[in-house]
Parts: sequence; C-alpha cells; structure tokens
Amino acid sequence: MTDFTTLTLHEALDGLAKKDFSAREAMEAHLDAAEAAQGALNCFSVIDREHALATADASDARRAKGEAGLLEGAPLAIKDLFAVKGVETTASSNILKGFRPPYESTVTQNLWNAGATMVAKTSMDEFAMGSSNETAASGPVINPWKATGSDEALVPGGSSGGSVSALAAGISYGATGTDTGGSIRQPAAFTGLVGVKPTYGRCSRWGVVAFASSLDHPGPIAKTVKDAALLTQVMSGHDPKDSTSYPGAVPDFAAAVGRSVKGLRIGIPKEYRLEGMPADIERLWGEGAEWLKAAGAEIVEVSLPMTKYALPAYYIIAPAEASSNLARYDGMRYGQRIEGDDLIDTYEKTRAAGFGKEVQRRIMIGTYVLSAGYYDAYYVKALKVRRKILEDFNAAFEKCDALLTPATPSAAFGIGSKAKASPIEMYLNDVFTVTANIAGVPAMSVPAGLDANGLPLGLQIITKALDEETMFTVGAAIEDAAGFTAKPERWWA
Amino acid sequence: MSVSQDDVRRIARLARIAEPSDRIAQLTEELNGILDWVEMLGEVDVQGVEPLNTAVQTPLPLREDAVTDGGIVEDVLKNAPKSEEGFFVVPKSVE
Repeated sequence: MTDFTTLTLHEALDGLAKKDFSAREAMEAHLDAAEAAQGALNCFSVIDREHALATADASDARRAKGEAGLLEGAPLAIKDLFAVKGVETTASSNILKGFRPPYESTVTQNLWNAGATMVAKTSMDEFAMGSSNETAASGPVINPWKATGSDEALVPGGSSGGSVSALAAGISYGATGTDTGGSIRQPAAFTGLVGVKPTYGRCSRWGVVAFASSLDHPGPIAKTVKDAALLTQVMSGHDPKDSTSYPGAVPDFAAAVGRSVKGLRIGIPKEYRLEGMPADIERLWGEGAEWLKAAGAEIVEVSLPMTKYALPAYYIIAPAEASSNLARYDGMRYGQRIEGDDLIDTYEKTRAAGFGKEVQRRIMIGTYVLSAGYYDAYYVKALKVRRKILEDFNAAFEKCDALLTPATPSAAFGIGSKAKASPIEMYLNDVFTVTANIAGVPAMSVPAGLDANGLPLGLQIITKALDEETMFTVGAAIEDAAGFTAKPERWWA
Repeated sequence: MSVSQDDVRRIARLARIAEPSDRIAQLTEELNGILDWVEMLGEVDVQGVEPLNTAVQTPLPLREDAVTDGGIVEDVLKNAPKSEEGFFVVPKSVE
C-alpha cells in the first residue's frame, strides 16, 4: 500500500497519472493525517473534509474525461492569507474571524486550474507578521523537527509556519506561502524544505490579504527543487487584477532544474558573514561554494555594502505600508465588530480587540513614521536607502550570475525562547532574506545540511529580477551535492 | 528621536486603536527600542538619492474604463457584521 506521506509532488503526480491511486484516495489519506497531527502540530487553520473531498472528486472526474492538468489530483496546503472562495480566511487574526471570501485569489485559482486539490488551510503569524508562527490567534505552530536527544518543542519559523509544518510532516505535496521579509525562505530552512520567493510581480497578489504591498511575494514551499519549480510555474502569470503583476510570459522553470552550472559565476557577498554566526552555518556556506565550484561554477567575492541597513529600512517601510493596508479592518464591512459608544469608539474597540500585540505594535510604528513631522526623517529616508540596496544588487549582478548566502542566522529555536527578548531579536531572523524583498529579486532557500543538534539548515540563492531559471539551476545543483535526505522522526501522530 | 507615553497615546488614537492603558509604558519602551535601532540609517549618505517606492520597473498599466464587475450585493454583504435591505449598518456618525 502507498505511504502517501513520503512521496514528493512529482512522485505523487506520477502515481496519479498511472492510476496507482485516485485523487480521492490521496485526499482521504491526507485528511486522516491532518486530523491526526493537528493536536500535536497545530498547523492548520481550517480542515474542511467535505470541501477537500469535493476538490478531489472533481479532479478524478477531470482525469476520467482526459482533462488532467499539470498538478492533477495533488493535495496542497494553502496558507491562510490566500482567499479561497467559501472557506474561512482569517490571516490567523481574530479581526477576520468568520470571514468567508466570496472570491478566489488568483494564485490559488491558477493552482486549481492546473488540477491541484486542497487538503487544508494553514496557520501563520497574524497578518504574516512574525518569524516563529507564535503570533497566530490560534496559538503557536509546532515544528515536526526536534533537536537530537531533546523533547523541546521548536518553532517552525514564520510567517508561513503552518505550511512548512504540514509539508515537513508529509501532509501535502506542496504548500503556498507568502514572503514579505523572509516568510517563505526562513520557515522552509527551519524544516528542511525548499522555499521560493519569485521576482516581485511574478505571482499575483490579488486575493492575498495585504501586509506590505510593495514587499509581499506569494510563492511555493516544496520538498524538492523540481517540485518548487513546477509550483512556481503554475502559480505565476500576468493578472490584470494586480497592477504590479508582471506582463511577460512565464518560462518553463522546471526545465531549468538539472541544467549545468558550468561557467556560472557565483557571488559570495562578504557582508553576509556576521559576527557571532554559528560555526555550522559558516561551514555549510563554505561547503555550498565548494559544491558549486566542483560542478564547474566560478566563485567570486562580491560586496553588498548596504546589507546591514536593509532590516532597519524594512522595519520602517513594511509597518508604514501595513498601517495603511490594515486601516480597512474597522468592523464595518467584514470580520469582528465590538460595539462602542459611537463610530470612532467602535473602530477603536474593534481594532484593539481584533489585532494581536505584534500587529498593533507594527501598525503604531507605521502610523508614527508616516505622521506629520516624521515622514521625511523616517519613511522617505528608508525609501532612499531602499534604492541604494537595489543599486547594490545591480552592481553585484554585473560581476556574478547568482549569489549564495546562508538562509538564516540560526536553526529553529524553542517555542517561547524569545518571549522575553526585545522585538528586534525576533526581527533579526530575516537579516539574510529581507534584502531580496526590498529589491524585488528572486531568492530561494534549499536544505543543505544538519547542524550539530540534528536540525536542518538552508542555503539561499539570489538572482537578478526575472531570472528564476538560473536560481532553480543553482538550487538544484546545491540540492544534488548536499544529498539532503533527513526527515523528522515521526512523533506527532 | 524618541517617543513619550503621551506620544504613544496620540499614535494609538491616530491608528484608531483603543488606548492600551495597561501597556503604555511597555509599548513606549518597545517603540523606542525599534526607533533607536532604525536610527542606524542616519549613517547612510542619501544625498541626491531618489526614494524607491517599488521594485517594479515597468510603468503602471492603464485599462479601459469599462464596468467589468457588479450586481453582487448579496456577496458584498455576506460577511458584514450588520446589514439591512442591501446596506451596511454602521453606528450613527452624523448628528
């Protein structure tokens, strides 16, 4: 009998095509696994059996008619930031409790058009604000991985923590995520998965709950680079409903997997060598460069002098955009309303009760940096630094075809271990990933090894805008050389 | 630059968040921690640099000025906390 939890997306598609199993059989196995794991991992926001089975039956019907799509019958997990028609979508926030969108996000529609099915919606940091999935209104998500010889519950990373936790536990063949500062790549690195943030504009933001519009990137999380390339391809494409959607054609990303890296110039940005960085990460980064060199690539040192300013610039720009985007949650048209003495009092009570602490903190920072007297000193200044960060990348990509960096400054940490620290300590999780959001360039994390405690670590590949193909080629070369096959020991169900 | 507890009350008001009276001191400290940290941007010479709002390199497209959607009052109101006869019901806002 098929063990549905161990297959990759491509293996599952193969089994479905050969009729080894039906979409319904795959879905039933996934739903059982989801329900069994939910108590331990808390990774799902909605498990709707009826809806899930209906998507599987519709897929079997399409295959019977000979209309199978690229992802026909493959169960996926969908981050709760994506509107799925008729299914509760809350961005893991109390303020959207009970919201059932009467429309479908473009990215999920693209997945359904290709035949994919939905097993469940996944928990996340509230409004995608966090790096540990501890800010979800429904409580923390647990990482399926544990350190060797330890029973401590670890965070899966965030904000796409539910998606990676589900996928690492084998409860889907791929998942959607969104990445505003690292929210796909950091959790993927924490759970031994591949996470892709495509070029800004590749995947439509329409129907994705907005956090910081100029930095929000939908993208996939997958078990392998080839799976990730296929998912990126299906999720991408021009969308007239998103004015920032890229109008050009989508290349065959999967075809880039397995191409030779011979002759490619791989840049090692010296500013990514942080003081106090764990030795395991430093070692793995060096190994990654050696692997690519052995495969025929040329290693060049490059400089991105603005790197250390990316995170502070981000923590002005992202909260500013968030304070504006989240103004729409006023309790009038959707979501929760707390009645007050008058209109203003109702707004204030609704928002105080509906938003969690981290979201309130960011709205307030954003409100402050956009307020009269501070706008130029903070917001405009950050936007100028943003241009200098983009110029850094442009200069680096004159000397190399792809950048290789660590994905995160640490492996997964314990639930609650940063509760007493200042918010900035949590923000530092995104120190390696946030630059690519600021510049809008494609970036991915690929699992490359385990640290001394047996926890996964990832390497990041960044390429120039619209050159996801080189990114997938280099990512696949790292994947090949790393031979990362470790899986978390099954304790959750 | 740093913010006082009064500033934080004013920011909460601007952000339409009911004053978190039990957390004002802590919030002030946290916001000042973040503002101190972003002061680092002062080290960057941005003389003559144009602000960058977006990484998109293509101009914003224009579409035909045509009605492409509508007639879905029921859908629009489906998630409203309160609605009546095809309208959102909101607290009285004009005397």
